Amino acid sequence: MAEIRNYTINFGPQHPSAHGVLRLVLELDGEVVERADPHIGLLHRGTEKLAETRTWIQSVPYMDRLDYVSMMCNEHAYCMAIERLLGIEVPIRAQYIRVMFDEVTRILNHLLGIGTHALDIGAMTMVLYTFREREDLMDVYEAVSGARMHAAYYRPGGVYRDLPDRMPQYEVNKFKNANTVRQLNESRQGSLLDFLEDFTNRFGGYCDDYETLLTDNRIWKQRTVGIGVVTPEQAKAWGFTGAMLRGSGVPWDLRKKQPYEVYDRVEFDIPVGKTGDCYDRYLVRMEEMRQSNRIVKQCIDWLRKNPGPVIADNHKVAPPSRERMKANMEELIHHFKLFTEGMHVPAGEVYAAVEHPKGEFGVYAVSDGANKPYRLKMRAPGFAHLAAMDEIARGHMIADVVAIIGTMDVVFGEIDR
Amino acid sequence: MSPKLERLSQALQEVLGDRVRSLVVDRGEVTIEVAPEDYLGVAQSLRDHADLCFEELVDVSGLDYSAYGNGVWSGKRFAAAVHLLSVEKNWRLRVKVFADSDDFPVLDSVVDIWPSANWYERETFDLFGIMFSGHPDLRRILTDYGFVGHPFRKDFPVTGYVEMRYDAEQGRVVYQPVSIEPRENTPRIVREENYGDVGHG
Repeated sequence: MAEIRNYTINFGPQHPSAHGVLRLVLELDGEVVERADPHIGLLHRGTEKLAETRTWIQSVPYMDRLDYVSMMCNEHAYCMAIERLLGIEVPIRAQYIRVMFDEVTRILNHLLGIGTHALDIGAMTMVLYTFREREDLMDVYEAVSGARMHAAYYRPGGVYRDLPDRMPQYEVNKFKNANTVRQLNESRQGSLLDFLEDFTNRFGGYCDDYETLLTDNRIWKQRTVGIGVVTPEQAKAWGFTGAMLRGSGVPWDLRKKQPYEVYDRVEFDIPVGKTGDCYDRYLVRMEEMRQSNRIVKQCIDWLRKNPGPVIADNHKVAPPSRERMKANMEELIHHFKLFTEGMHVPAGEVYAAVEHPKGEFGVYAVSDGANKPYRLKMRAPGFAHLAAMDEIARGHMIADVVAIIGTMDVVFGEIDR
Repeated sequence: MSPKLERLSQALQEVLGDRVRSLVVDRGEVTIEVAPEDYLGVAQSLRDHADLCFEELVDVSGLDYSAYGNGVWSGKRFAAAVHLLSVEKNWRLRVKVFADSDDFPVLDSVVDIWPSANWYERETFDLFGIMFSGHPDLRRILTDYGFVGHPFRKDFPVTGYVEMRYDAEQGRVVYQPVSIEPRENTPRIVREENYGDVGHG
């Protein structure tokens, strides 16, 4: 009889289903995983150290680059940390805008997460559909901030500017004729809120489409049901948050339990799984998208009726408007000081957490009263999830490892920081 | 202070007694400081005591206080700040523990109490050089294979010490001393208290 021995294989760092730069060292007994050792840090940029050398406001764009599929939620935690250190209030309209964009971001993130998860385990079609919808939401990002992904839209004290009255439109070029352009521009005739409302009305139907593709799909179920089961006790011990915790049946959501901004004024439900396997987590994410859609609708409604300021009026923290800056000497000095020396944040420490699409994203900021953070620590949800890879994957087949990576929704920007 | 925080601080004082070196409630958050020798015991009670129920360890963060407030710091240099969360009671706590030695900081590992501490402690070791005794697998995690030093210490330059490039002559990747100078575009300034009067403006 042939000699039987264990194999050690390298999965990644350039495997397409490793979701970035994950190097996974797998010890295999035949096709069964005996031990999984994730090697991370291939995308380590030292964001936390870099932030110590920048003023508080200069680090906002770094936050976009942490979890680069849910940009605005990262900024949100960072800005909340600064606001709590300073003890300043955010105008109510800015709070609604933030909640709306948090939920837009959640839809963006889950669309990518579910789309690529399906792609990894053999359902090519999903990703084509989800990226079509992502394109619309990216346009919303672009309309409001000028950037499709790295928005830098949330600022300490509010948001950079109010929502635009006009949605950018397509123009005829050699790839798109007048007819196509007219169709594409149909929903873009009004303001950003009109465009987004049109999207929310369409989105429910899109979710139904996704469910037709996956929910009762035999192959999808074979690949996900009973795979990567996490009990509630395990989930808590491993520091899971977000959909990974809710998939195991723990009704924990910061938006409900420790509400921030105006989450206590909008209506939504928290979906909870039963068995804690990949399929349950998929269902949780699917329902979360529908609930986010609901929140976005409520925010649009409120924002239509209630104009107002979108950034704090304290010019030691937030810059004055361009107009006033150019007409008034004192405002000019404020502007100059704010963008050269930066704001001074009183000494102290604070941990601000938001319900990020992937889990709890926290920013632990320590200030010694300088114009730069003394220490900034980002608590990335994916870090804790990936740390449990060894225990979740043990005993599964090698093909299931891909399903588990997909369900964790790992993004290396945040894990490696 | 909200009634909830009051309840939490009271429970902490009752359960931990004089093992709490200091208890601070600031900006809606509770921070306790414990001595390194009590750390493990305190962690155990924090998780297991029915009045506290901190079943989740959310984060461990290293801290290097050597440059705090432009050198006014007189305490120990290295600390770990542990963020705990109770899903059942819906409250949070920050536990700070300073390492006794500044040259070779060692703390007890809480991996056996909260398994999620595993990677967080590896990270803290990697970036700050704080050792965790009792940790089963204290390897570097974020920095490169074969990296020397602990990059998040305040005396480690942002540019680092070595850079990597491909050498066409040798046909391989080589490491060499960094060729760029560290520069500071915006100086770090600590102003007097209430500078600009933020919060009342």
